[in-house]
Amino acid sequence: MSDIAIKVNNISKRYRIGLKEELHDTFFEAATSWIKSPITNFRLLQKLSKFNEDEESEDIIWALRDVSFEVKKGEVLGIIGKNGAGKSTLLKILCRITEPTSGNASIHGRVASLLEVGTGFHQELTGRENIFLNGSILGMTTVEIKKKFDEIVEFSGVEKYIDTPVKRYSSGMRVRLAFSVAGHLDPEILLIDEVLAVGDYDFQQKCLNKMDEVSHEGRTVLIVSHNMSSITQLCKSAILLDSGKIESVGNARDIVSEYIRKGSSSTGEMIWSNLESAPGDNILKLHSARILSSDNEVLSEIDIEKEFLIEIKYWNLKNGAKMWVGIHLFNELDIHVFGSSNNPIESTQPDVLWNTPQPEGMYKTICRIPGRLLNAGIYSVSVAIGINTLDIIAHEKRILTFTIYDTISTIQKRGKKSSGIIRPRLGWETDRV
Amino acid sequence: MIIFSVIFGNLAKIPSDGIPYPLFSYTALVPWTYFSAAMTRSTQSLISGKGIYTKVYFPRLIMPFTSVLACLVDFVIALTIVFGLMAWYGMVPTWGIFNLPLLIILMVLTASGIGMWLSALAIQYRDIKFGIQFLSQILMYAAPVVWPVSLISEKYGESVKLIYGLYPMVGVIEGFRSAILGHNPMPWDLIGMGTITAVTLFISGALYFKKKERLFADVA
Repeated sequence: MSDIAIKVNNISKRYRIGLKEELHDTFFEAATSWIKSPITNFRLLQKLSKFNEDEESEDIIWALRDVSFEVKKGEVLGIIGKNGAGKSTLLKILCRITEPTSGNASIHGRVASLLEVGTGFHQELTGRENIFLNGSILGMTTVEIKKKFDEIVEFSGVEKYIDTPVKRYSSGMRVRLAFSVAGHLDPEILLIDEVLAVGDYDFQQKCLNKMDEVSHEGRTVLIVSHNMSSITQLCKSAILLDSGKIESVGNARDIVSEYIRKGSSSTGEMIWSNLESAPGDNILKLHSARILSSDNEVLSEIDIEKEFLIEIKYWNLKNGAKMWVGIHLFNELDIHVFGSSNNPIESTQPDVLWNTPQPEGMYKTICRIPGRLLNAGIYSVSVAIGINTLDIIAHEKRILTFTIYDTISTIQKRGKKSSGIIRPRLGWETDRV
Repeated sequence: MIIFSVIFGNLAKIPSDGIPYPLFSYTALVPWTYFSAAMTRSTQSLISGKGIYTKVYFPRLIMPFTSVLACLVDFVIALTIVFGLMAWYGMVPTWGIFNLPLLIILMVLTASGIGMWLSALAIQYRDIKFGIQFLSQILMYAAPVVWPVSLISEKYGESVKLIYGLYPMVGVIEGFRSAILGHNPMPWDLIGMGTITAVTLFISGALYFKKKERLFADVA
């Protein structure tokens, strides 16, 4: 018995969309088209489901185009991509809710799909009755539900309200109950579409833990999500979809980095050449922000062992302004790594021009970031300038992106990329005592 | 029923084969109400149930069938009232009662056949549901609910009556009257013709539904 749970072969899905209405030039045209409209409308409706072979007219879009991949039993696969990439369509096809235009997929094992929490919740029934209803719709037998009933109620946290009609529940309660039922499904294959981000923070953590449990029980799980940290937490591998095609398949962290890198349009250099439109006001204006190597070359790929500089240039338009400059660094999961400024508290050596009245002119502030501080990965930088220690005049968010890469020798020595946000060299000593 | 009795029985004086008019019309009204309600509800079933079948997979044929079967509950309650009405008029049910299950099957068959056609059509062409109300009214007057079939055979002859039997509800309604009230023999000829149509509708409806099933989630 092969160990492949899901095999997708060249699936494509085509839809017809509405086109803009034609504008008529003459009254006669408008009148005739109005009279013919019942027939044209009927034809349009019929066309919605009929496609001629190889027709490529304007109103046809391919939600999925030749998508193929394999999922082994017990694998947890994440599917990410921009909005409209085709992720939900793919999941709907795998759940047999809609049929592919071409291609096929084979699934081995009992499937449960979580495309929406609360499918079939009936407002007039109580929470207790809805648990049975929702559970049956999702595929559990009544015996199963009875066995797990207490667990479900406890997980959802709505014990007190379990016998009240669902129409009285708050939206958070509804969602928690729905997810709780769904979370206790026992399928071999679970398909989840963006339903993990429901409820308050506490509940979200519970959900993530539950999904983690589920994936460790050897079930095959496919997760579609926009939450990159849950993807990297739960999935080992991931697929990046773009406009209906598979862009790449691979390790979850790599795919997430690729996704973020594609999504952001910033690079290692940002220049505002026009003083009028540059960020700031009549006191200070940002001119440029760049990432430089220690040899003053602009670069966006940095060796993990090497020091690099962030250089910020700005205009002082007011004599006597007491300026400061700061940066914030974010990693590829959008975690705030650090924030720093040229305040002596944050600086290795005092920046003489900090917070002292300065004449008008162009200024340049450099921040040196030592090598072997940050771990390999993609980072984005936000830059801020201001006056009088606390007043912010301009704050440009995530305007620079750079990648820190492990040198080949480091990888060879360690065998694989290490995890962790920072990668400092620490003082290790061993003695025989 | 009361309104029918007053207007059609007293004011219009429609002949009712020698049975008190209220009973006459009510025994016909019970299957008719079932049929009309089942037809309307199954047309709506796919439209209003779209929250479910666009999220979970199950054989979509269940949707029109639930409407057809749910209306049976109302039907059974109405049938008990018929027996109550008979007791009031002092009439005893005949042995024809045992034919009722057959008639009920015919009725359900027709309702499901039309239900499958209409629900599949309505989900694709949304304005069908407005046409249904209209259709329902026409079909009611076309069926011998307020008037007896003997009117047709008197006026047009037996062969026309046989063709008229192609409308399944004719056989069902006259059969109901005969089974419960016993004034006429069971109109097996009408029931036979009706069964032909009912089976055709059912099979063609199921085929059309299955053919269009793949679109439902897309056009819902």
